[in-house]
Amino acid sequence: MRDGSTPGSSSRRDKLRAWLDQARFFTEEVYSARYRGAIARARRDEDDLFMLLVFSEMMGLENPAGYYTLELQPLLLERFHDWHQRMGMEHSPLDHFRCC
Amino acid sequence: MSAIVLLVVGLTAMALGYFVYSKFIAEKIYQLDPDFKTPAHEFEDGVDYVPTNRFVLWGHHFTSVAGAAPIVGPAIAVIWGWAPAFLWVVFGTIFFAGIHDFGAIWASVRNKAKSVGALTGDVVGKRARSIFMIVIFLVLLMVNAVFAVVIAGLMMNFSSAVVPVWGAIIVALIIGQLIYRRVLSLPLVSIIGVAALYVLIGIGPSVPIQMPAEVAGMSGNAVWILILFGYAAIASLLPVWMLLQPRDYINGLQLFIGLIILYGALVLLNPTLVAPAFNSDVPAGTPSLIPLLFVTIACGAISGFHGLVSSGTTSKQLNKETDARFVGYFGAVGEGMLALAAILAATAGFATLGDWQAMYSAFGQGGVNAFVEGGAFIIHNGLGLPEVTAATLLTVMAALFAGTTMDTGLRLQRYIFQEWGDIYNQQWMKKPAIATGLAVGSCLLLAFGAGGADGSGGLIIWPLFGTTNQLLAGLTLLVITVMLVRLKRPMWYTLAPLCFLLVMTILALLIQLRTFWNQGNMFLLVLDIVVLVAAIMVAMECAAALKRSRAEMAAQHD
Repeated sequence: MRDGSTPGSSSRRDKLRAWLDQARFFTEEVYSARYRGAIARARRDEDDLFMLLVFSEMMGLENPAGYYTLELQPLLLERFHDWHQRMGMEHSPLDHFRCC
Repeated sequence: MSAIVLLVVGLTAMALGYFVYSKFIAEKIYQLDPDFKTPAHEFEDGVDYVPTNRFVLWGHHFTSVAGAAPIVGPAIAVIWGWAPAFLWVVFGTIFFAGIHDFGAIWASVRNKAKSVGALTGDVVGKRARSIFMIVIFLVLLMVNAVFAVVIAGLMMNFSSAVVPVWGAIIVALIIGQLIYRRVLSLPLVSIIGVAALYVLIGIGPSVPIQMPAEVAGMSGNAVWILILFGYAAIASLLPVWMLLQPRDYINGLQLFIGLIILYGALVLLNPTLVAPAFNSDVPAGTPSLIPLLFVTIACGAISGFHGLVSSGTTSKQLNKETDARFVGYFGAVGEGMLALAAILAATAGFATLGDWQAMYSAFGQGGVNAFVEGGAFIIHNGLGLPEVTAATLLTVMAALFAGTTMDTGLRLQRYIFQEWGDIYNQQWMKKPAIATGLAVGSCLLLAFGAGGADGSGGLIIWPLFGTTNQLLAGLTLLVITVMLVRLKRPMWYTLAPLCFLLVMTILALLIQLRTFWNQGNMFLLVLDIVVLVAAIMVAMECAAALKRSRAEMAAQHD
């Protein structure tokens, strides 16, 4: 007979786990709800700088890490459109890199 | 009279307010619709607009609006006796604050979750929006100056709290890192954080730190004010996740624990209210109860600050429109409960009437010190905790609240300066460090300019802070009233509180004007005139906006 496999104890353990999950959900929500916006904006600002780094060579800026950042470009393609619009450029600023 | 009787009467009245009055308002006046698509769903972006569980949202809303102000105001106002303060807090919560906070959420949700400031521009007019910006700036200026004075006073009077208050900042910094780097899960971090805070409170009395009465030619109080602004300036420049967020979280938990301890001790001890119901023997120089009571207690009865929170973040996260009643109205009830606890501590926490009168020797005395000493007396006798530990606990509670408000307040003031830099094309003003410096400078000017070089007179501006806060509430109520008029619904439920507030605010400003003139305090005289002009402009805007809306409605009818 397997230890602790009686239906009563396993359902109790499930209940406890569900309760703990609930507690974690609530505390995390309470912790983050108020500052979600401020933190997301701060993160976006950092990301914007990173985008500039990755696409800098295309704009004629010397980038010593160009070899590596080139690899990242396709990964960041999805964010490219939002980025250039946020930076105040309606269309892609890069001649060889059209997006809209 | 027994404190429990007053407690039960107060809580029952507020419960009735929630279950009966707010239900009526929700169904008949604001006419909440459970199927209305709230901005949290309409513009859901996972950042600002996020549908949030109503209990979580209530907790967030309540801890954002509850601070040191609902403690300080009532604890000053009991100088007129417990009855006026009690009645204003209870009726204010039911008929003023609840309707105001609830209404601000409703108005914002029905207008794409815009802030009250933007709504004032849309609903009332551009001129009203300009007044709104000025009033907000004045409120922030005063709140920062007043709270620095309050904390400095606490640090001077309760040296046992110095280590826990500053230690709490280190605890917050550590738990901020633990959470940010996902080292431990949040429930565990919460327990560790609260435990660490209480360990600090426990050891505080054995390591008291007393600021010398004079340091480099300045009073100890003044040095604390400078240190506090230095701290707040740095804190307001840090990313929010580093200090503000964990601090706020721990404060929130501490608020609930503190309230439970205080209410529990009250019930176990059942102290007698030693203070008179109506104090006929007020110290010389105490202003008249009407209208000063209504501006001395702003938070706890009605506060314009709540409208900013309601329409700023809460309305963007409301899951269902019907949740607005629970979050807004019950949030105000929570704050009313905190104010009630402050009244009980400051009137029942003394052994004799003589002790109480010694504490309230002049207007502006007592205040938060009376709350701490009275509350400590109740906790000591009710729960058996050493009196000095209980006093440390309550001091930490009040100081942490005031500190977080300063941090947030300076941050907002910095944004306003940066915005002005943008509007008037002053590049230097847009730099965070310079904008913060300007904010701190203006607050210091007020803290020291109001009461002399030791900064101890800063509390003189407390009623002035109340009037400005009420003006803000008046503008929010005006927005709600105009919306109701346009929807052809009864407007008296918001218009009556609005008229009452404006009359009391203007009367209070006129009385204070005479006081400052007699004292020869030109600095406060000018400040009073500025607020008075704003108040008169708000009153005229109200009359004009309502007349305009009614004329529009009548024209439509024809």
